Amino acid sequence: MAQADITADLAKQVGSDRSGVGQVWYIIRRWPIIPVAILVVLIFTGIFANFLAPHNPIIARPDDRNLPPAWYSPIVLNVKPTGDPLVFPVPVNVGIKEAGALYDIPLTGDETEEQVVAAFEAAGLVAKTKFPTWNHILGADHIGRDLLSRIIHGARVSLTVTAISLVSGLLVGVSMGLVAGYFGGFLDEAIMRITDVWLGLPFILIAIVVVIALGQTMTILLGLLALLSWTPFVRNVRGEVLTLKELDYVALAKVVGASTFRILIWHILPGCINTVIVIATLRVGQLILTEAILSFLGAGIPPPTPAWGAMVNDGRAFINDAWWVSFFPGVCIFLVVMSLNFFGDWLRDRLDPRLRQLN
Amino acid sequence: MQRFIIRRFFFAIFALVGATLITFALSRMAGDPRFLYAQEGGYGITQERWDSLGVELGLDKPIIWQYGVWLGNILKGNWQDSLLDRKSVLGKIKNRLPPTLKVGLASYLFASIIGIPLGVLSAVKRGSVWDYIARGFALFGQALPVFWLGIMLILIFSVQLRWLPTGTLGEGMFSWKHYVMPTVTLGWIASATYLRLTRSSMLEVLDSEYVKLARAKGVSNNAVIWKHAFRNALIAPLTFSSLLLTGFITGAVVTETIFSIPGLGRLAFEAINNNDFPIMVGTVLVFTGMYVGFNFITDLLYAYIDPRIRYA
Repeated sequence: MAQADITADLAKQVGSDRSGVGQVWYIIRRWPIIPVAILVVLIFTGIFANFLAPHNPIIARPDDRNLPPAWYSPIVLNVKPTGDPLVFPVPVNVGIKEAGALYDIPLTGDETEEQVVAAFEAAGLVAKTKFPTWNHILGADHIGRDLLSRIIHGARVSLTVTAISLVSGLLVGVSMGLVAGYFGGFLDEAIMRITDVWLGLPFILIAIVVVIALGQTMTILLGLLALLSWTPFVRNVRGEVLTLKELDYVALAKVVGASTFRILIWHILPGCINTVIVIATLRVGQLILTEAILSFLGAGIPPPTPAWGAMVNDGRAFINDAWWVSFFPGVCIFLVVMSLNFFGDWLRDRLDPRLRQLN
Repeated sequence: MQRFIIRRFFFAIFALVGATLITFALSRMAGDPRFLYAQEGGYGITQERWDSLGVELGLDKPIIWQYGVWLGNILKGNWQDSLLDRKSVLGKIKNRLPPTLKVGLASYLFASIIGIPLGVLSAVKRGSVWDYIARGFALFGQALPVFWLGIMLILIFSVQLRWLPTGTLGEGMFSWKHYVMPTVTLGWIASATYLRLTRSSMLEVLDSEYVKLARAKGVSNNAVIWKHAFRNALIAPLTFSSLLLTGFITGAVVTETIFSIPGLGRLAFEAINNNDFPIMVGTVLVFTGMYVGFNFITDLLYAYIDPRIRYA
């Protein structure tokens, strides 16, 4: 085989001769571009929520109850015969064509609000209509708060809650792992058993009890999530320390007379950093999901502060009429958690080959 | 082995006492349980009754003493009565346990039947369409919020398509239609985890020397995969089983809320909201007991499958 052929063959094998779609696909598979983009958007919206949100996320406008997303055709909320005092107690969401058919009103679905009302009047009916507008792109929730604004502010809440609880859990977990791994013996045994027992507690139930006992505040939620997040750090950091402390440079540091504290912080901790970063990334997703579950069960962030999990719960009772109230916040949770998992896996492959899952 | 079992046993006791003690103490902090006796719409209770109830429930004693009394009762087999409707806690738990167990078991089967074979398939046919399908399935399972998944399933299959019923678990012992959505909701995460673990450990094992040797000997592909590789690859997913159960406990509260299943998770949730401490602590005891028991069985199975642990 000629030299040129071999080069071409090699290029094919390592994938450097891909072009067009193949090249794009290759880059997407190799670098976590999409997950990082989603996370950047999350952080950006979280920080600038005040400027980005088109409406106030807390002020309710009863007229906009369960307003559909902008691309929806207009809906008729309730219809009553003129002169008759009959009023439907709950909004009856009838697609405009269905409503027209029911009362034999000629409508195509392209009419303006006035035309619809006029058509109903001609049939001897008073119609209360609801027209989706681009002013509320994703529609509004069950008490008429703009969904998009709530989602944007929800990003901020998720971000703050997870960041604070993760950092506190990380500090506790890493220091316990360092101590357990380095000193060993009784301390090690005690810390590891506590970790085991901790993993066995029915966390969600206990969290609900705590919230009911101590009140539903942000601080308590942060504390609870911090209590949830420390365990994996202990286990993995301990494992790491067990190997690191046997290394020559640590022994040398001891000979030189470095204090235990110094050895732990300056000689052993840096060796664990990669593991810690990987676990932290993978753990954030879990924290977001748990926070959402707690909010969903009514034990999370106190209302009316928008939280994605609580928003899904808000829409649960109206799932027949207004799916969008539950749908969009859930999609946000899903996208963020998926991006974090992707990014975490990628980081693990990069930073810590020993933890690598064969792919 | 004996030492191992004894250690595990003490760990189990420790976990049970820890979980119930925490719940007990928190329930006392949440408020005075005597308020449950002053029923809504009634005439309240007299001061003498209030005081005598305090003595009866031991509220004048320190929390740890009260906990000791409760623990003593449990050990004697007396689970006490619910404060709200004066019914036996044990009876309530017995009523509510079967739905939770059925859904949990169905989800576990779902997770194993989908997760493990799909994991093997995805490892054996690595890089193929099957691999991508399996990994996509796992990806969704790990990132979908359980409660949202449940609501969306109801929206699609109950509200729009009208294929599956929701709101009850149906009549009789088992009507499969009612179980489909709760099972998928609860089991998807678990099957995703099983799938990932099976896949990665299978890949690792398939790459090992003894599998290569078996192939070199001319053992058929099926025998290599199922007899040589699969048994060893099963260890990682198996150790994970106990963590899976904690997920099921969390999931039970959520799925039972969404699908209105009269199960233990719902009972616990309601009791917590009412501050009905005998039920609260009782359900937490059952949940932790299940976790600990399952953990114990997993450990034994683990030792059975992997001789290195047995003789260590």
